[in-house]
Amino acid sequence: MTVIPATDRRGFLKAAGSITLAFAIPAGDALAQAAALAGAKPKLPGDMETNRKLGSWLRIGADGAVTLLVGKVELGQGILTAVTQICADELDVDIGRVKLISGDTAQSPNEGTTAGSFSMPNCAPAVRQAAAEVRALLIEMAAAKTGKPAEGWTVADGAMSGPDGAKASYWELASGLSLEREATGAVKPKNPADYKYVGKEFPRLDFPGKFTGQAMFVQELRPEGLLFGQVVRPPTYKAKLTALDTSAAEKMPGVVKVVKNGSFVGVVAQREEQAVAAAAALAAAAKWEVEKALPTSDGIFDWLQKTKPAKVIETKKQPRNGGDPAVKTLEATYFRPYHMHGSIGTSAAVAVLGADGVMTIDTHSQSVFETSEAIAMMLGVDKSKVRCRHVQGSGCYGHNMADDAAADAALLAAAVPGRPVKLQYTREQEHRWEPYGSAMVIKTKAGVDKDGNVLDWDLELFSTPHGTRPGSHAGNLLSARYLEKPFEMPTPQNGGPPNYAADRNGIALYDFPGHNVLTNFITDMPVRVSSTRGLGAYANVFAIESFMDELARAAGVDPIQYRLRHLKDPRGRDVIAKAAETFGWDKWQKKDGRGRGIGFAKYKNIAGYCAVALEVEVNKRNGRVRVVRAVAAADSGHLVNPDGVRNQIEGGLIQSLSWTLKEEVKFDDTRVTSEDWVTYPILTFADVPPVEVVLIDRPGAPFLGTGEAAQGPTGAALANAVADATGVRFRRGPFTPERVKAGLTA
Amino acid sequence: MISFKLNGREVKADAPDDAPLLFVLNNDLGVNGAKFGCGKSQCGACTVLIEGEPARSCSIKVSSVAGRSVVTLAGLTENGKPSKLQQAFIDEQAAQCGYCTSGMIMQAQALLDRNPNPTDADVRSALNGNLCRCGSHNRVVRAVLRAAKEA
Repeated sequence: MTVIPATDRRGFLKAAGSITLAFAIPAGDALAQAAALAGAKPKLPGDMETNRKLGSWLRIGADGAVTLLVGKVELGQGILTAVTQICADELDVDIGRVKLISGDTAQSPNEGTTAGSFSMPNCAPAVRQAAAEVRALLIEMAAAKTGKPAEGWTVADGAMSGPDGAKASYWELASGLSLEREATGAVKPKNPADYKYVGKEFPRLDFPGKFTGQAMFVQELRPEGLLFGQVVRPPTYKAKLTALDTSAAEKMPGVVKVVKNGSFVGVVAQREEQAVAAAAALAAAAKWEVEKALPTSDGIFDWLQKTKPAKVIETKKQPRNGGDPAVKTLEATYFRPYHMHGSIGTSAAVAVLGADGVMTIDTHSQSVFETSEAIAMMLGVDKSKVRCRHVQGSGCYGHNMADDAAADAALLAAAVPGRPVKLQYTREQEHRWEPYGSAMVIKTKAGVDKDGNVLDWDLELFSTPHGTRPGSHAGNLLSARYLEKPFEMPTPQNGGPPNYAADRNGIALYDFPGHNVLTNFITDMPVRVSSTRGLGAYANVFAIESFMDELARAAGVDPIQYRLRHLKDPRGRDVIAKAAETFGWDKWQKKDGRGRGIGFAKYKNIAGYCAVALEVEVNKRNGRVRVVRAVAAADSGHLVNPDGVRNQIEGGLIQSLSWTLKEEVKFDDTRVTSEDWVTYPILTFADVPPVEVVLIDRPGAPFLGTGEAAQGPTGAALANAVADATGVRFRRGPFTPERVKAGLTA
Repeated sequence: MISFKLNGREVKADAPDDAPLLFVLNNDLGVNGAKFGCGKSQCGACTVLIEGEPARSCSIKVSSVAGRSVVTLAGLTENGKPSKLQQAFIDEQAAQCGYCTSGMIMQAQALLDRNPNPTDADVRSALNGNLCRCGSHNRVVRAVLRAAKEA
């Protein structure tokens, strides 16, 4: 549960001069009435379709409190600020009144997982509709009470003014207001032009607390009687515990309980450092049977191409319908290593087993609803006996170890009923055991005409899964697989259209006459994998946009002109043109060692548009790539909070530069060897270039998810810029000085 | 029992001498802000000021601050209001998740105390050991420069 403290409004206004806010809302839903006439339940907006009661979303208190309940959670992306803006605007209350409860399985509407850039498309319209309907109900009540018509009322911060000077207020009506009713879908939300908060400069609600030392994170919870837990991970993925003498650890200072269940080992102690010390002693005492079964990080790309896929999926099959044969065929293969989520805070949770038998877990999981069910399955209890409450954690960028920490805290708390147990992983545990973004191989082939334009486009990709989230199954929780009665991991599926997973953005947005995409979906997983910002989109866009550049170069055409030749989508064309203009593409002068590159995608082909243009300088002597500057142009539909969108695009761009320049999870035949920030370095302040983000607002258009839109275009723009600077094409990240130097001298 | 000055106030902690300062701050003294990130002085999330100098509290034994002055994020506030630097972080919206921000602010405060008029490069150099995964670096730099300008 995330509770954002009501902040004083003057603070907002003072800050407002320098900040813009974005995210996107379209106007009303007219589908509802027709459905109602037909006797069917009306189609309700976004996640309201599956959480239909108004009371699931809003509470109005006689004390002047407005409580907004949402199932989506704050991951640092600013979603809670955006939905609070919408709620305050639709309800006509001061934003400082709105208290938010998010991601509490006992209270919040079940909105599934907070992922896939779905929060603005699915949560925001539901909040808007709920607030609009509650406002309409209150006006009806005010009209009935004062004997005036329901038309012609205005509301200012809950104070209602009606015809002939009639007065009422939300708070005096609150006790008679029943929200235990389904939304009708018939109330039309406001015209976007009438919004006071939405689309305006608006600072994040959680920042003042975070920047002044208030308890804002799960890591900062300190319930009464708190104990500290740690776990001992096996040395390798499939190791089995063969012997463990716990007696020495049990006698260590502060140790309350050693928990051993199959190959799962943990400890609970009075103090945090005592738990750490006891876990180290247990790790030293444990004997394991280990395997040497990994294909190594250098061998993974061969492994991907040689392993029999569980499924070969024709993601797109569009053979060209006649016409001349291609004049020339070009081919290239691209490689993406495993990437880490790499949260700065290691995953953590606080769990307590109550006297009522309910395990309550404070967690930064993205999927509190499904994770609570998976944990119930692991514990062998009814799902009503596990309650998860979302509390913010470090940014996660996908499925990291948040859910594993929740599960481990529960395993430890079950051993000490009544006492809350806090667990925060070590850096080594987080680095070595988190589920990485899958390595991928992507082969592209294009037949072109005499002008170099694409006639036939073929893309074939090889990937392990991109989704192993808890999904209500204990087998997806790491520790559950090591228990005495282990839970087997369910075989992951590749997500289909329209979102896709391994093949996300595998279908280029370009209008190629012939266009085939083949997905080799491999369910063997030599290292643990799951959803990492963008799933397959990063690698697929990296390949598509790199190859487009190679084709443009082969055709002797400017890469931007070449893209525009193949792209009809007008909003796609607009962001490419905007990025080029902002970068100064036409005025740019080539200097020795410098290069420029562009990359573009519409995330998932259904979410936000983003084009990135950047300039690099490559030191040919030592192979060092420096990004000189970067610009991004984005179209996220109707912007709710422009600064929120800018922040997400710039952050995604910088993270993608880090992936592409520096990052690769290394492993030998036994274990992952990227175990800290030295062995898995990321971009630092000195490496980060100036970034300019320009937004194209589309008032009234649907909100388009933005959080993952920059990942693919950035990686490709970087590869293209390096090729432009050096004349050498690099198709495998990361572009480390060693790799670039080797490529330049090859 | 270890005594030291925390945010200007004398405190005592009943903790083992070799307990990391970070855990004592978090768990014994209820201090927020400083956070565990790596336990190896590699990320800066746990940064506090000891006698005005930035230090990684995850890797410092609590006994080593006996009798000394420790300042954390809350210690920068002025009469419960954000300090100039904290306000500059708010004004620049200089974070996404905000987990690393406490360490950034402490590191930046130490820079400003030493060099009230830093350049962009000075700020980047001072913060180069503080990791941010959300990509808020440029906003953080702007916030520090804004605080310097408004000081």
